[in-house]
This record gives sequence, structure tokens and C-alpha cells, in this order.
Amino acid sequence: MPQPESRIVRASSAAAPVNRFFISFNGIFESISSTIKIEFFIARGNLFCHRDLAAAMLTFVLKRLLHMIPLLVGVSLLTFLLMSLAPGNYFSALSQNPQISPETIARLKAQFHLDRPWYVQYFFWVKNVLSGDLGYSMAYKIPATSLILARLWNTFLLSFFALIIAWAVAIPLGIWAAVRKNSWVDHTCSLIAFAGLSIPDILLALLALWFAAATGWFPVGGASSPMHDLMSPGQQLWDYVRHLILPAIVLAASDLAGIMRQMRGNLLDTLRAEYVVAARARGLSQGWVIYKHALRNAINPLLTIFGYSLAGLLSGAFIVENIMAWPGLGRLTMEAFFQKDSYVVVDCVVMATVLLVVGNFVADLLLAWSDPRIRLK
Amino acid sequence: MLGGGLLLFLYALAIFAGFISPYDYVRQDHDRFFHPPTWPKISGFHVAIPRYEHLPGDCVYRRDPGDSVPLHFFVHGDAYRLLGLIPFSIHLFGTGNDNYPVYLLGTDQYGRDILSRLLYGSEISLSIGIIGIVISFTLGLLIGGISGYFGGPTDNVIMRWCELIMSVPTLYMVIALRNTFPANISSAQVYGIIIIIYSFIRWAGMARVIRGMTLSLCEQPFVLAARAMGQSHLKIIVRHILPNTFSYVIVAATLSVPYYILGEVDLSYLGVGIQEPSASWGLMLNAAQNTEYMKNYPWLLAPGVAIFITVLAFNFLGDGLRDAADTKA
Repeated sequence: MPQPESRIVRASSAAAPVNRFFISFNGIFESISSTIKIEFFIARGNLFCHRDLAAAMLTFVLKRLLHMIPLLVGVSLLTFLLMSLAPGNYFSALSQNPQISPETIARLKAQFHLDRPWYVQYFFWVKNVLSGDLGYSMAYKIPATSLILARLWNTFLLSFFALIIAWAVAIPLGIWAAVRKNSWVDHTCSLIAFAGLSIPDILLALLALWFAAATGWFPVGGASSPMHDLMSPGQQLWDYVRHLILPAIVLAASDLAGIMRQMRGNLLDTLRAEYVVAARARGLSQGWVIYKHALRNAINPLLTIFGYSLAGLLSGAFIVENIMAWPGLGRLTMEAFFQKDSYVVVDCVVMATVLLVVGNFVADLLLAWSDPRIRLK
Repeated sequence: MLGGGLLLFLYALAIFAGFISPYDYVRQDHDRFFHPPTWPKISGFHVAIPRYEHLPGDCVYRRDPGDSVPLHFFVHGDAYRLLGLIPFSIHLFGTGNDNYPVYLLGTDQYGRDILSRLLYGSEISLSIGIIGIVISFTLGLLIGGISGYFGGPTDNVIMRWCELIMSVPTLYMVIALRNTFPANISSAQVYGIIIIIYSFIRWAGMARVIRGMTLSLCEQPFVLAARAMGQSHLKIIVRHILPNTFSYVIVAATLSVPYYILGEVDLSYLGVGIQEPSASWGLMLNAAQNTEYMKNYPWLLAPGVAIFITVLAFNFLGDGLRDAADTKA
């Protein structure tokens, strides 16, 4: 690209973190200064201005994918280093057991390369991961790949449903509150949002458990009932959904408030814009003005917070999984942590990072795809 | 304002925890496990504490309003250290009679007074946020300022490092870091470790924002003037650039305190934070994990309510400060 690129890239990299960080307070900072927003979009827009859309999109995707590789290498390297700093490993507990000879332990250690320095272990680990083998869980005595993938899927499902619930509730509520600004609807919504921002995940999850136990409408924890294997496929699915609902709602609740406030703020900003005034002046109906003119522009900035909300969601899922006994990555991490199953801990951390990085990537794609200021260039 | 007042009140409670709490936080009442919250009997200006009769069976109690003793103020009780220094044994209120205990929030599974443990626990929860914020924000301000001011490879290295830290979901990172310390260590050590871990993670986000602000501030005439006058780089960053970010930093700091409080709660709840018999809000919630307990003895959830109120107060204060600082809104 020609000369202006350096300036543009700088603006985008300076603006993007500001954007992210403001959102990190779950939308408490509604008023991101409009200049930063515009700079941000101009920067993104110029990425695509010289070539045709498909080629530009492809370079964008490739760039982002390439960007992920050093990130994942860095994260896995850091986790490995941290694991090697940990006092003791799985075998230091085994060596207390008089029934296991020191030779056996030495043999096992050698088998898992635990007698080598951490960077050698890391080298072996990367070699295995590249061939699709995530190592061996010493505590569960099974290959870690199947274990992790099952748990990863559960965490993904939980986060995904929480995301859907949060957005499906927050967006309409945010619109409603913005349209009826300063009415009782608005005040109630902002009150609930404030409470929602402050209520800790732990308390909410405990209350949900208590609710499940007291009413008996929902199962208390876990992902399937004991009779799961005897059920027909339809019943199995229903059983699974019934277990999923409560954790997903708890997880969504913490996310919901932030999105709602953000949506309200954005829509209020756009409703003040000149093109909205112009649309009103032309005599368009209120509904048409809001849904056709204001809303589509107001929703765009929300896509940038999608990535961030995912980070909060995955971290929140960690604690919700542990309280509500949902067999996801977070729960596995704690189990592996207590048993010093070091490879599994590393795998979990890396997998959670992969989920987050891929989620951010999807958010960027959505943004590039949805913003006409990018497409029309 | 409401948030600020509430916080002052909470901090006052935490500072005088020993004086206000009627009992010591490790004192066990072996006759009264899961004692329900005591309802005082009020007649005119007198407050009386009724006796709770232990019915046969598992931890079921019956209030006996006829049999009561008056509540006294400034009574002698368990020894403690006022402000952590002065040995003292006078408590704000109590009955001074072990047969008529005052358990305003009930007792837990070991027969310990929940109100007292809550107050002692608030010492940890309320101080951990302040100390953590001071450390992580100092780091974030300095590193972000340096990164934005010098630019080039320094900036690149620091920002990649920030991205690395921020791309791991917080709790996974916390557990990976926690793993580098021994599992069973004293509560005081864990307290320090929690601050170190969360500071290590949270400076990154701060540094990125400060870097962005520094980038734009560097172009300002006053920075150019300071440079032309030959001031040292560090002085320009600390004296000229960073003070311009303070209105943002103070708001962000207030809103970040809850992350530390919740961080301690999460870790203690998961069993890798503060250990028994110390009192901490997360640890106390751990007892409520058992659904049987929670169903029959809902007062075990009191620490959850305390967390909620504290976080709410910080959010209120932060919101108010932001409105005051942001003239645009």
C-alpha cells in the first residue's frame, strides 16, 4: 500500500486498545469518543480500498491467521515455563507410594520426558500437537486428546448458548431503553444492568443451584443424569439441554448487562446523528427511522465488543463450570491442577486461548463483513 | 456519592472488625452448629436476646422469646488486637453470657459466628483490591508510558507481551500462575500471591490504554517544549505525560477494584486461595457449595451478599467519578 499506510496503521493500533479497554468495564464507559471510533473505522476501511473485496478479505484473513501462530506459540511456551516452575509433579506424589518402585517411576518419567528440561519437553509437546496428539493424562490414564476435546466441546456449547441468550435479551432491551429514554423502562433497565454488573458469578451460580434444588425443575449440576445411557436419542438430547439451561443463563446474566448498556448508548448516539434528523425531516415513521437508519449503524460497534465479551465469558465459564459441575475445560483444569497432571493443564490453557483467539478472529470477520464503510470502498 | 459513603462505612467496619464483631473468627460453639440468625426482641428501648433451644435432631433450633437476656454494649469478650496493635477485649455488643449467644447472621458448619467471620474477611477483601490496584496501575502507567513514548522496537516488544497476557482467559492464566507456588501455604502468603498474580495479569490492559494516550500526547506542544528544553526521557514521561492521563486512570482504578475482590473470592472458593481457619469471603462461600446446606441454612450465603454490596458500591463510585471527570457526558 502507498505511503499513508503507516499513519493509518498507527491510528488503528492506537485506537483499537482504547476501544477494547473501555469495553472491558462491561460497557460502563458508554461514551467512547466519536473521533476514535471514526479513526478506527477509517483505518479498517483503508485496508480494503485498493483491491477488490474478495482479495482484500483473503489477505485480511491470512494476515490474522498468521498473526495467531506466534501468539499461540508464545502462550504455550509461557504455560510450559510456568508448569516447569511448579514445585513437584505427578510423580512426586507417586514416589511416596511404597508399592511403586523407583525404577518404574524413572521409566514413566522418561516415557513422558519429565526427566528432561522444560524446553525439551516443550519441543516434544509441539511435535506431538502438530500430529494431533495432545499428550497423555497421567491422572486419568487415557490419551489427553479425547479428554480435552470432549471438555472443549462442552465449554464451547456452554459459552455459545450463554452468548446467544445474552445477545438475544440484551439487544432488544437496549433498543427499548434507548427509544424510551428516561421513561420507567429505561430506569428499570439501567437499574437491573447496574445490579447485573455487580453481582458476582459465584453468588448467581450458587443461587441457581439453590433454585434447582428447591424447585426440582432443573437438575442440580452435571451434564447428564445417571440414566443418560439408557435413554433414547431424543430423551438424551432433552436431558443434555435441561442440564445446559441453568449454567448458560447464569453465565449470560453477567454478560447481558454490559451489552445492554452498550447497545443503549450506541443507539442514543446514532439517534442524535444528522442523517437521522434528516430522515425524520423527510417524514419517515418513527419505527422506520429507528430500525432502518439508526439501528444498523448502532449495532456495528457492538461487534467489536463481541471479542471482548468472549474473553469475559470464557473466564466466567471457568467458575460457573466449577460450581455447577459442568464438565468443561475449566473444571478439567482444576482437576488436573490438583492432581499435578501438568500436560493436561497446559493443554487446557492453550485450548482456552485458542477458543478466545478464534472468537476474536470471527468478531473481526463479522465487522469487516457487516460494515458497509468497509465493503463499499 | 452514595457509593463513596457506603465504601467509607464498609472500610470503617473492616478497620474495626475486631471491635464490632461479637466473637473471635475462629471461636467454635460446639453446641450450636448451623445456628439460625438471632432475632433480637425489642421492647421499648431495650433489646433482648432470646435463647434458642436446640431441638433433638440435626441442627434444628426453636426460638424461645420468654427466656431472654438483655443485650449489652461494650462488653468483655474474646481478646483481639485493636487496629492490629493494641491488645483489647471489649466488643461493641454482646450478652456476656455463653448460653445466650448473639449470632446475628447465624453460625456455620463448625459453629462459628458468620457475622464475625464476615467482618474479619472484609479486612482481606477490602484491602486486596487497593494494594493490587496500586501495584498493577503503577506498572501499567510506567510501562505504557515508556512504550508509547519511545515507540519502535521497545513498543513492539511490550505490546506483543501485553497481547500474549491478554489473549489467555483470565482464570486459566491465574491457575497456571498459581501452579508455580506450593499448594498448601499460609493465608498471609496466599494473600501476597493473589496480589502478585492479578497484578501480573492486569497491568497489560492498563499499559495498552496508557500507550494509546501517550502516543497522542507526544505530539502536543508541551511535550515538544519539554524535549527542546532537554529534560530527561523519564522525567518527561512521569512529570508531563502521565499526569494528563490521571482523570481516566482514577476512574479505571475505581472500577478495577472489584476484579481483585472477585479474584480472591474465586481462588478461595476453588480451594487454592485463603485456607481455613482464616476468614475470607470466598472461603465462606465454599461452605455454601453443598446444596443440602444451602437449602436448609440459607444464611451461609451472607458473604455473597457482602460481595455484591461492595462491588456495587465501587461501581457506583466509579460511575459518579466518571461523570465528574467527563465533561462531555
